[in-house]
Amino acid sequence: MEVGWWGVLIAVLGGAIRIGTPFLFVSLGECLTEKSGRINLGLEGTLVMGAMTGYAVALHSGSPWLGVLCAGLAGMTLGALHSWLCSFRRVNDIAVGIAMMLFGTGLAFFLGKPYIQPSAPRLPSIDLGGWSDVPQLSAALQINALFLLGVIVAIALGWMLKHTAWGLKVRVVGESADAARALGLPVDRIRIMSTALGGFLAGIGGSYLSLYYPFNWSEGLSSGQGLMAVALVIFARWKPVGCLWVSLLWGGAAALGPSLQSVGITGGYYIFNAIPYIMTLAVMIITCSPRRNLAGVPHELTVTR
Amino acid sequence: MAAPRKLTRRQVLQGTAAAGALGMLGRFDWIGQAWGATDKVKMGFIFVGPRDDYGYNQAHFEGKSAVAKLDWAKAFDEEKVPETIEVQKTMESMIKLDGAQVIFPTSFGYFDPHILKVAPQYPNIQFLHCGGLYQEGKHPKNVGSYFGYIDESQYVAGIVAGGMSKSGKLGFVAAKPIPQVLRNINNYMLGARSIRPNCTTNVIFTGDWSLPVREAEATNSLVDQGIDVITCHVDSPKVVITTAEKRGIYCTGYHCNQAKLAPRGYLTGAEWNWAKVYMDYAELIRKGQPIPHLVRGGLKEGLVKVSDYHQTVTEAVRTQAEAAKAKFMSGSMVVYKGPIKDNTGRVVIAAGKEHVQTDIWLESMDWLVEGVIGSTKS
Repeated sequence: MEVGWWGVLIAVLGGAIRIGTPFLFVSLGECLTEKSGRINLGLEGTLVMGAMTGYAVALHSGSPWLGVLCAGLAGMTLGALHSWLCSFRRVNDIAVGIAMMLFGTGLAFFLGKPYIQPSAPRLPSIDLGGWSDVPQLSAALQINALFLLGVIVAIALGWMLKHTAWGLKVRVVGESADAARALGLPVDRIRIMSTALGGFLAGIGGSYLSLYYPFNWSEGLSSGQGLMAVALVIFARWKPVGCLWVSLLWGGAAALGPSLQSVGITGGYYIFNAIPYIMTLAVMIITCSPRRNLAGVPHELTVTR
Repeated sequence: MAAPRKLTRRQVLQGTAAAGALGMLGRFDWIGQAWGATDKVKMGFIFVGPRDDYGYNQAHFEGKSAVAKLDWAKAFDEEKVPETIEVQKTMESMIKLDGAQVIFPTSFGYFDPHILKVAPQYPNIQFLHCGGLYQEGKHPKNVGSYFGYIDESQYVAGIVAGGMSKSGKLGFVAAKPIPQVLRNINNYMLGARSIRPNCTTNVIFTGDWSLPVREAEATNSLVDQGIDVITCHVDSPKVVITTAEKRGIYCTGYHCNQAKLAPRGYLTGAEWNWAKVYMDYAELIRKGQPIPHLVRGGLKEGLVKVSDYHQTVTEAVRTQAEAAKAKFMSGSMVVYKGPIKDNTGRVVIAAGKEHVQTDIWLESMDWLVEGVIGSTKS
């Protein structure tokens, strides 16, 4: 069936989900971490480690879902390590984050060597496009359960941060550690738990890359999704549901470059491929104003102090 | 395998003396040679990526593994060496510590300035670079280059693709519009059009050699546009091939055989055959014969090959593909024979004009042949 120019729209729609899902998980992880007052720049390493662990476990066990779980646990370990290191006095979370990023990617490359060639089982996809007789559309709507899980986590996390005692504690720790201590909250423990949980989510994001899309473990797998997540969280104004929209927007924009070439817009593909970055810059410039602060920023974040 | 060699006391003394003498001269590079010059041909291979990437590096690694099996040769390698000062260190450690007599830095970017810097310091070591950048008189005497005309295999794969496509639309996921890549695209298209005159090839340039997400996205977009056979020229074709298989279309491979990744759709593929090149070099070194500065060749010389056809490839298509292959093997095939127009309608090769495979003119290709949908402008 000829779709012509509609192909671009279909690609952007499909790409939003396909490319956006790992961004969603990593940005949710980063969002939770930052809400507790720390920045974890190491999520890039966590993502790569999660991708490798997920692929390796899926290959050995034959179960891709077990791979996803183990990827999350690997991410959780790295997250806990980050926050444990940061809980010492005068340890800078940004510096530890960069160290963890290099450590995570390096460890994943080292341990992942034997898994570049073999093919692990792929995560199944859910056919949400069965109603359509346009094959291109139904292919774009073949989505992975992890995406749905991500949507649920985004909504649940947003609700929990806002409406539960647990969420309030995380926010207090993120807004003012002194106030939290005065209230008798265990600041370090809350931060360690938030960062570890954030690492868990980032690890799952990594396993999506290796076990579903693009479905491959290689050393060039990540194209900086973990680092971009830090920008996406600012973009989303530290709101989990905002992370969902931002990730979808980002994924759709990333799909634009290749799909325009497929319909014959052949020039300027470097520019089209850079659209997500240009878009982020544009939104940042438009929404920033000297008259008001960044809404929603946790005041304990080192960068804003 | 040869029996492990025991060191006699005399050898140890000789070695120590030699090391001391040479150390005073400040030239440690001889030590490695002194140890093993008498027995095995020692060959060092350097790869820019992982050796099992189902792509460019794996193709070279398979070549290395072939010479490593010879009992009179010793081959060692290092993978993931960036095209920076790192490769100079790797070359030096292979010479000094492993005693390499010949080094094969296999990535294009290793040549200038890295090989050109290290080679003059070790006049007795051969530096053979994959990529064909060597120029007589301009570069050191102990440097050489080798390269294969893999576009010949792409022409044959193009015939199979054109013959097996239902829609007459082929897809090509490419990294960058450089001459080597364009030559592969054009050969694919010309091969396909030789069996099916009106078919087209839709090209997507991803912008770099290894971008898995964008490669997958490009493949999906092409399938959405009705493309039913796809191939690629990126570092590792794994993502393109598995995505094509998932979408249920045909594919043809590149660099090495990816049939295992796409058991339903892998029609054929253009593969390197570096084993042949490395075996030949090893043989020359063992016999102490001079090593040619330039080694090039295609199907005829055995430097490249075509993957076995998939069982679904029809007899008629096989016959056509085999006929073209036979013409390459006999050396009578000229792919770039006028009149040939590019995809903007300009005549690039006038009627009656021929550019044979070795023609240097082809190495500065900056156009896409008629039928290709795509642009060389970034």
